[in-house]
Amino acid sequence: MTIRKSTAMIAAITMLAVGACAKKAPETLPPVPEGTGTDTGAGTGTGVVPGSQEDFLASVGLEGDRIFFDFDQYNVDSADMATLQSQSQWLQRNPAVRVTLEGHADERGTRDYNIALGERRANAAKNYLASLGIDPSRISVISYGKERPAEIGSTEEAYAKNRRAVTVVIGR
Amino acid sequence: MFVRPIGFSLALLLTAAPVFAQTAPTPPAVTPTEPRETIEGTLSNERTVIAIPSLATSSVQTVAGLRTDSLGRQIAEVIAADLERSGLYEPVGPSGVRAITRAEVQAPRFADWQARNAENVVHGFVDASGTGGLVVGCYLYDTALGSELVRKGFEIQPGDWRRAAHKCADAIYSRLSGEAPFFDSRVAYIAESGPKGNRIKRLAIMDSDGGNHRFITNGQSLAISPRFSPDYKKIVYVSYLNNRVRVFIYDVTAGSQKLVTESGNATFAPRWSPDGTQILYSMAVGGNTDIYRISANGGTPVRLTSTPGIDVGGSFSPDGRKIVFESDRSGSQQIYTMNIDGSNQQRISFGGGRSATPEWSPRGDLIAFTRMGGGEFRIGVMTPSGGSSRMLTNSWQDEAPTWSPNGRVIQFFRTTPGREGKSSLWQVDLTGVNLRRLPTPQDGSDPSWGPVLP
Repeated sequence: MTIRKSTAMIAAITMLAVGACAKKAPETLPPVPEGTGTDTGAGTGTGVVPGSQEDFLASVGLEGDRIFFDFDQYNVDSADMATLQSQSQWLQRNPAVRVTLEGHADERGTRDYNIALGERRANAAKNYLASLGIDPSRISVISYGKERPAEIGSTEEAYAKNRRAVTVVIGR
Repeated sequence: MFVRPIGFSLALLLTAAPVFAQTAPTPPAVTPTEPRETIEGTLSNERTVIAIPSLATSSVQTVAGLRTDSLGRQIAEVIAADLERSGLYEPVGPSGVRAITRAEVQAPRFADWQARNAENVVHGFVDASGTGGLVVGCYLYDTALGSELVRKGFEIQPGDWRRAAHKCADAIYSRLSGEAPFFDSRVAYIAESGPKGNRIKRLAIMDSDGGNHRFITNGQSLAISPRFSPDYKKIVYVSYLNNRVRVFIYDVTAGSQKLVTESGNATFAPRWSPDGTQILYSMAVGGNTDIYRISANGGTPVRLTSTPGIDVGGSFSPDGRKIVFESDRSGSQQIYTMNIDGSNQQRISFGGGRSATPEWSPRGDLIAFTRMGGGEFRIGVMTPSGGSSRMLTNSWQDEAPTWSPNGRVIQFFRTTPGREGKSSLWQVDLTGVNLRRLPTPQDGSDPSWGPVLP
């Protein structure tokens, strides 16, 4: 139990770090090996529960849980497709898992419109996962509009990080 | 005290208004000969000076813990603040002007007030009613003519003293400006706190001047985009309760809420019809958002838009026959009008940038909106056919206009940029000159201004 807890904390701290300084993250954090629970070298005894959010994040890699969009756009580009393909592989390995796709917008849109825009983005990601064979009934969608920015600030860099659709494991 | 149903005690109060006529002898009414001031008058710096001494009391008594002499000063302060905020007047007092006697209330010493360059003077009184309430009276005089211009009187519950002040200010404002009243009205909005990445957003209500503030929701679920029902008994808003995006109707009196419609899809951007019988909302289905109309009591929703893309928001014309809304069907957010059955959809916003959040003036003559362009959001107005578009504000991000009941003032929220950026409530009049920040205990957004209370 304590091991599991501490691993979860490490994962949480890693997520916080990604959220807080995502721009620098690729240079300052070691890459997470794909397909393994953690990079602690403790093998399968690390306490990462298969099919969990931690397991998903470890599998898809840094920012592999999210795709990014251009201003006021919702199309899935080739980089997004690669990200979603990686997600779909994990989802196929964990067929009982359900996920939520969270759609987000940057702050340069009005509130109601941004909720609609976040819906578009989350649905675009959902539809692509479905096209890869993931049962759409496993995927729920919620839009946060501009309510939950990942990167705080009024810069183009922050906006680019906030125009996103994030896949979150919600359980079985 | 302040969870009392809104308007309940004042309804009693106003039916009891003739008590004023019984308690005060009637001086001869004189028709003013000077022209009435108009809103355009604010463009000059010559604001009418109005002296407002503390209201007098017949005898100092304590009613429900409130002293009648203290209330006389507080009511004068609220009247002065209302009139000052309108931008049309320059109130003098109650600080720095001499106190008046109860006898002076109906026999002003006009020469004294003329000597202070006051064109008008407000006198009034606060007395214990003898039945646990208060009797408040106020008079507006023209100092040069030596004549009474208007009077108001109320028998009120002690907790309603601020409303009596707003009613007095409304009577003064209406008499001098020729405009409909607006001070005695309420605002629903979203109180914001906490870190920007995980903002706590609570439904809150207050008087139009920020008084009688009250939080409605506790912040556990994200709350956005409230709208007061026309009778102030309900608030329609979006709650993220249970991690879903849904429109709820909150019953202010009962403290309970219900879904506007049962749907597996996200519902948002709710608005009342002017008569309070119907609600507009937007619903996203598979990423496509359209506008629907439903009875406030539930039933089968009517889909009003069907073009691919985002059709969202909406605001009824005051006669209830048309709806102004926004759509990106042209490729970017623009403003359109339609009939309430969804027919005759026509784009009305043109020119540069994107236009959003249209709100039809209660007077029917203008539509307020948010114009986005050059990285900025500004509040603008245009006619219902899209003409005479002009901007009223110029800041980094001003969003979501809502009209005063008389259609002369617009509230909105202003966000400042950056990591430490804040949101706050502001108001501006139609000249764009009189711009004020509204006091709120926390940051604020999404204001919704209701009608004048009965």
